[in-house]
Amino acid sequence: MEGNTETKLKLNGADAILKVLDEQGVEVIFGYPGGAVLPIYDALFKSNSIKHILVRHEQAAVHAAEGYARSTGKVGVVLVTSGPGATNAVTGLTDALMDSVPIVCLSGQVPTHLIGNDAFQEADTTGITRPCTKHNYLVKDVQKLCSTLHEAFHVARTGRPGPVVIDLPKDIQLSECEYVSRQDRHGRRYKPSTDPDKNKIIQVAKLLVNAKKPIIYGGGGLINSGPEASKLLKELVHITGIPTTLTLMGLGAFPCDDKLFLGMLGMHGTYEANLSMYNCDVMLNIGARFDDRITGNLKEFSPNSKKIHIDIDPSSINKSVAVEIPIVSDATFAMQELIKELKKLKFERAENRIGVWLKQIDEWRGRKCLNFTQQGSVIKPQYAIKRLYEKTKDIETYITTEVGQHQMWAAQYYGFSKPNRWMTSGGLGTMGYGFPSAMGVQVAHPGKLVIDIAGEASFLMNMQELSTVAQYKLPVKVFIINNQWMGMVRQWQQLIHGGRYSESYTESLPDFKALAEAFGLVGLRAESVDQLDGVIDQMISSKSAVVCDVQVSKDENCFPMIPSGAAHYDMLLSSEDKQKNSVSQDGMVLV
Amino acid sequence: MTDKKEIRCTLSVLVDNEPGVLARVIGLFSGRGYNIESLTVAEIDDLDSISRISIVTCGTPMVIEQIKAQLRRLVPVHDIDDLSDKSFHVERELALVKIANTGSSRIEALRIAQSFRAHTIDSTLDSFVFEITGNSSKLAAFISLMRAIGEVEIARSGVCAMSRGKISNLKQREDML
Ligand SMILES: Cc1ncc(C[n+]2csc(CCOP(=O)(O)OP(=O)(O)O)c2C)c(N)n1
Ligand SMILES: [Mg+2]
Repeated sequence: MEGNTETKLKLNGADAILKVLDEQGVEVIFGYPGGAVLPIYDALFKSNSIKHILVRHEQAAVHAAEGYARSTGKVGVVLVTSGPGATNAVTGLTDALMDSVPIVCLSGQVPTHLIGNDAFQEADTTGITRPCTKHNYLVKDVQKLCSTLHEAFHVARTGRPGPVVIDLPKDIQLSECEYVSRQDRHGRRYKPSTDPDKNKIIQVAKLLVNAKKPIIYGGGGLINSGPEASKLLKELVHITGIPTTLTLMGLGAFPCDDKLFLGMLGMHGTYEANLSMYNCDVMLNIGARFDDRITGNLKEFSPNSKKIHIDIDPSSINKSVAVEIPIVSDATFAMQELIKELKKLKFERAENRIGVWLKQIDEWRGRKCLNFTQQGSVIKPQYAIKRLYEKTKDIETYITTEVGQHQMWAAQYYGFSKPNRWMTSGGLGTMGYGFPSAMGVQVAHPGKLVIDIAGEASFLMNMQELSTVAQYKLPVKVFIINNQWMGMVRQWQQLIHGGRYSESYTESLPDFKALAEAFGLVGLRAESVDQLDGVIDQMISSKSAVVCDVQVSKDENCFPMIPSGAAHYDMLLSSEDKQKNSVSQDGMVLV
Repeated sequence: MTDKKEIRCTLSVLVDNEPGVLARVIGLFSGRGYNIESLTVAEIDDLDSISRISIVTCGTPMVIEQIKAQLRRLVPVHDIDDLSDKSFHVERELALVKIANTGSSRIEALRIAQSFRAHTIDSTLDSFVFEITGNSSKLAAFISLMRAIGEVEIARSGVCAMSRGKISNLKQREDML
């Protein structure tokens, strides 16, 4: 396999696949074997350039690859067998599509002559995954194998990134082909444009410095654009003095402790961020997509602002919110140009230019919407996350989450100041994402602290991966905010369904400490406030994977909250608020 | 852009003729709840295996823009022409119309066919099959007249369309896999 990259190199399909992966810079594959991928596993056995992490469920393989990709900016690679292997991967692929994560997933398929025959472990993988991938392929001609694989990597990482599936019939893996190297691949279809329209950038610069109530609203595109984008955002904000808010996906793109940071916006965003969005006169959206969690009631979304939208994906622009200045561009390139233009303009300092606005925002900040009081011995979930942040903020830490209240509290109370440190399932909201994702992050960053802030119900969805972290000695920490409820479901039932708590209690929970120990890992438990700090310290200093069961108050709700269908000014700040703003009939049908 | 009125729109889409490409396009429309009034597809370049898909759809201007952007995002899609953007484009559809009747209405059917310049391509003692081409409204008018005078069976091809004037050429063919 080694050495000769001359043309006319002949290889069997499986070896060619590994050679392409190698050439594409792949260091690790997350996978699970089966009949239809045995030739690839055989090739892996003989190769030593690529590491394979054997997960315990294919969904976890994709989430692990997502964690790897989101924390490094590289493409995450998955290998699964045909039929059930591929169908198990579907949730992960959909998650990666929604959150724009570059994934290449190789799936085995029954041999070409059996396709369509309901063969053993046959599934129409390209049919099933067509709507949940950015693109997919079924390779039926071994001579097209290499160029298809190269194109798959190109598609996964270019433009708005996303998952790509390549379905590989077993006979293709076993037949011989001519190797095609990365640069020899003919042609390059799929060439999304990444450079901004300069004239529009000039317009934007003028709009920004003449605005009286401007706001910058950044999203996951800032992270996907690479670390340079976060630096440029900081520069942009500091040149203009414009207050800035980030979506759940964008957290980390701007330092949380900067005084121009308004916190996260949206359904569980801060009072100041949401009111600034509602009242602004110029909104600069960089790499966010006006998701329904962000806009709330569309009719009342920021009614008096001129909107600028920079996005690499033209289909994200003018989808739900019509904007005045659409700019199709990579965030980095757009901000480089914008900063250049701003430097040519003369404008007053922010205090003079937009002083009234900044004062107004300070007033909103004064509501201290994230305040809570920790009293008594029962641990408040917010307090647990706050302490976790305080104890890890000076260590290089990567945070993943599951889905639910704990996820929102993590977004609210854990501070992020660097990109690629925060991995959460935003678009799909996949319970069970956080633990395998943390595994992938840990593989990419050995020796770094990786913590999955989990809910007890979510953790149960992929806890089989305890076996994987034990096998590879991945010292992932699972910090379970254990409220014994599907807390987010319970909260909606309390606020919207008259307190009828239908099937949202997590019965028969395991003893998480003993569970960890059963896998030879460390289990910890904090039952009262006085135990919390000690347990966090132990968790951080442990060399092993740790499951840390933090037993918190059971009926805490996550605030602020904009109920579905409500406008930004209709925020609930506490349980007492719920009486005056009951959820409308229209809001009830929304999720 | 924020106009709420629905418009009809004809899109001409050039795609790689590869397996699954039609499913991808149709899946996009059904998955996102867009309308398809008509869709035709056939290979138009066997050397580079390129197909043209003609789609007639309707929606608000914002939705139409979305449809175009979403189509453009598909990897095998090379080019999209919104023909309704241009005042110059031609559209044709073909229909086969079978009518079963007797006596004077049978003669009436022939007369109407003549004035619509439909061809008679099959005839039995109590039926005709007419072939008619034209724009969709001409076809609709013809069919409704036929319905008034007999029992009718119809097959329509869907709309084929292209712009007038200069050749809209494909992007570089080296793009091919
Ligand atoms: C796979 C999946 N199934 C169902 C849901 C709906 N859901 C959202 S949050 C939630 C409860 C999560 O409970 P837990 O993990 O304990 O977190 P908590 O809200 O209590 O912090 C559920 C069931 C989901 N997001 N994902
Ligand atoms: Mg819970």
